[in-house]
Amino acid sequence: MFYREVGQFKTTYAADQAIFPIRQDRIGLAIILFAAFVLIPLLGGEFLIASVMIPFLVLALAAIGLNVLIGYTGLISLGTAAFMGVGAYACYKLSTIFPQVNVLVWIVASGFVSSAVGVVFGLPSLRIKGFYLAIATLAAQFFLQWCFVRIGWLYNHNPSGAIEVPGHTLFGIPVTGPQATPITRYYVVLVIVVVMTWFASNLVHGRIGRSWMAVRDMDIAAQLMGIKLLPAKLLAFAVSSFYAGVAGALMVFMWLGAAEPEAFNINQSFILLFMVIIGGLGSLIGSFLGAALIHVLPIIVRFLPDALGVPVGAATVEHLTFVITGALILFFLVVEPHGLAQLWRIAKQKLRVWPFPY
Amino acid sequence: MKLKRIVLACATTLSLVAPALAQESVFVPLFTYRTGPFAGSGTSIADGMHDYLSMLNERDGGIGGVKLAIEECETGYDTKKGLECYEAVKPKGPVMVNPWSTGITLPLIPKAAVDKIPILSMAYGLSASAMGETFPWVFNPPDTYWDGMSMIIKYIAAQEGGLEKLKGKKIGYLYLDAGYGKEPLPFLDQLSKTYGFEQKLYPVPAQEMQNQSAQWLNVRRDRPDYMIMYGWGAMQPTAVKEAAKTNYPMEKFISIWWPTEDDAKGAGKEAVGFKTLNWHAATGDFPVIADIRKHVVDKGKSLAAKDKIGTVLYNRGVYNSMLIAEGIRNAQKITGKKVVNGEDVRRGLESLNVDAARLKELGMEGFTGPIKLTCADHNGHRPTFVQRFDGEKYVKITDWIEPMTDKVMPLLEADAKAYAEKNAPWPKRTEVCDVKS
Repeated sequence: MFYREVGQFKTTYAADQAIFPIRQDRIGLAIILFAAFVLIPLLGGEFLIASVMIPFLVLALAAIGLNVLIGYTGLISLGTAAFMGVGAYACYKLSTIFPQVNVLVWIVASGFVSSAVGVVFGLPSLRIKGFYLAIATLAAQFFLQWCFVRIGWLYNHNPSGAIEVPGHTLFGIPVTGPQATPITRYYVVLVIVVVMTWFASNLVHGRIGRSWMAVRDMDIAAQLMGIKLLPAKLLAFAVSSFYAGVAGALMVFMWLGAAEPEAFNINQSFILLFMVIIGGLGSLIGSFLGAALIHVLPIIVRFLPDALGVPVGAATVEHLTFVITGALILFFLVVEPHGLAQLWRIAKQKLRVWPFPY
Repeated sequence: MKLKRIVLACATTLSLVAPALAQESVFVPLFTYRTGPFAGSGTSIADGMHDYLSMLNERDGGIGGVKLAIEECETGYDTKKGLECYEAVKPKGPVMVNPWSTGITLPLIPKAAVDKIPILSMAYGLSASAMGETFPWVFNPPDTYWDGMSMIIKYIAAQEGGLEKLKGKKIGYLYLDAGYGKEPLPFLDQLSKTYGFEQKLYPVPAQEMQNQSAQWLNVRRDRPDYMIMYGWGAMQPTAVKEAAKTNYPMEKFISIWWPTEDDAKGAGKEAVGFKTLNWHAATGDFPVIADIRKHVVDKGKSLAAKDKIGTVLYNRGVYNSMLIAEGIRNAQKITGKKVVNGEDVRRGLESLNVDAARLKELGMEGFTGPIKLTCADHNGHRPTFVQRFDGEKYVKITDWIEPMTDKVMPLLEADAKAYAEKNAPWPKRTEVCDVKS
């Protein structure tokens, strides 16, 4: 009824190629951005912003990075957390060596460091595929985590073995460290995530994204069509690690404030992989939905007994959270194996033809 | 996107509903981990902490006539969840937090001064936070890991007949290859140079905790005269089992204060003789434990398994809660207020002085030694003793061993200074000081 493109004519090629060709989609996006930029900071409590929204955005960004690799290019990676770690440690090193430079510059720059490392570990992807590549990236995960523990230079030989984030300011407002308010940190993360999502969306809808998808669907056919496999795959690794790296830097600088190497363990890689699979392979919206399901849902479940006034022990709540979240993951995967993004697409399609489905 | 919106809407309403708490109580959140890979140790600690505080509520009606609002938040020993817990309890005005994980403590340290919530990280966390002048909001009594190392070395020296007899000995150090285990390395290095013993290092990576065959193969080759362990979680039972398998003399295997009875029991009879440091009793024969049984356990208000009451980590939880309670009581005494807040409790902890007489009042005579904190010293550097595993429980076998404070202090000072420099601009101490020395 409301969601119908009848009467929306496209008169230019640009309009036809737009990412959101339907007006209602654009309105929806505007509402979401309005909510994210105005409503949430205005109405949300500190807990919502610091413990729900910032982690959600950071994880969604990392999931986008992984989605570029798995969903769009079909290269399975189990090293995302390690690449996030590279970003975090690079940002830490850069910002302690050159404290004069704005920390935001280093957050973005650390993405390039992560990118370079990702390319190195992506090299085997030309020769090995599928599960074998997953094992090769697992090597990256273990090797890089070993570096974070073992190479004292990376954490400035801190006796605690962790990286700690000193205070930095932007236009005189503290953006990192204890003085930074959650709202400031939220805005920084939000702006970076929105810009990078917009960039990713352009990337995957353009020539590069199409070449990735061709490689994903059948790499020999893609090669015959003139796509050079090595640059295409390496670029996917580079872009994916860039996103993971920036997400890692944001995670330590904007969310945690200090991190031990354990923050980038294999578990984190798996969680990101689950987000991508449950959210939807090859979908940017899916990355957000997946991050929401895996990160936000348990928080809501944890608060439910309290909000309903049912006294349940903290540990019991935690067990319940695991059970409920697990059951929901199963439910969504059974209902739609292609992830939440596919559910969303189906819902849109149904709405479009409603009330006369054909 | 629709789903996202619904989720966000739910989260918003929930976050608005959550902070509703009566103000006529002192809010004490307990970060616990009864789930996850470290639940084995975490459950006992959580029960001990929880039961002592509920006992105060049941028996005395709280502290100074004010009930304690105790709330557990499950961290699963996960830093991210711990921070979530912190954000969740912050609006309710906690008087202090006990992170019970070094990973959670580190990000909270800079926040403490800003949020005015003191951190009590009992014998874990950042060792340098013992320096009250740099870290007015962080407390880590009764010992740092460096104190622990110095006491183990002193114990070994006592076995050999003096510190000078350490010359030419081989001492192996088996440690968790993370910040915690690596922290004592420079100190051990310094001690080995001073006393002329040879150190052998056996790092155990966190993901390889349950597979230490490589390390113990090296132990078999090197044959160190003594083994020191800084382990955690599954690393400890594995190490004891491997030591038994390697036929390493268990009497010469000494650990820092974290192993439980179960960690040693796993290796069966072979584990007899395994030693750990401790600063409190490992039995339940004290008036304080009897009161907990009477007022909490028998009323069915405890989650603790009956046989775990009075074990090492349960008692450690009790000790931790004793510090919490004494900190609050002190704060009430200093400020004259009944309902104290984080700033008051910071002062309360800073002037903590639990002497022998007070311990007796608490029903803890012989349970542990006295402790006194000052503005400069947030640790206390208390002596510990060595306890030996007899197949069922730990038995105290030595008298109190004093740490080498003269060697530890310069390291702590240097570290605190380095921390403040690395985290510049680190705030200068402006907080009031009630006890100068």
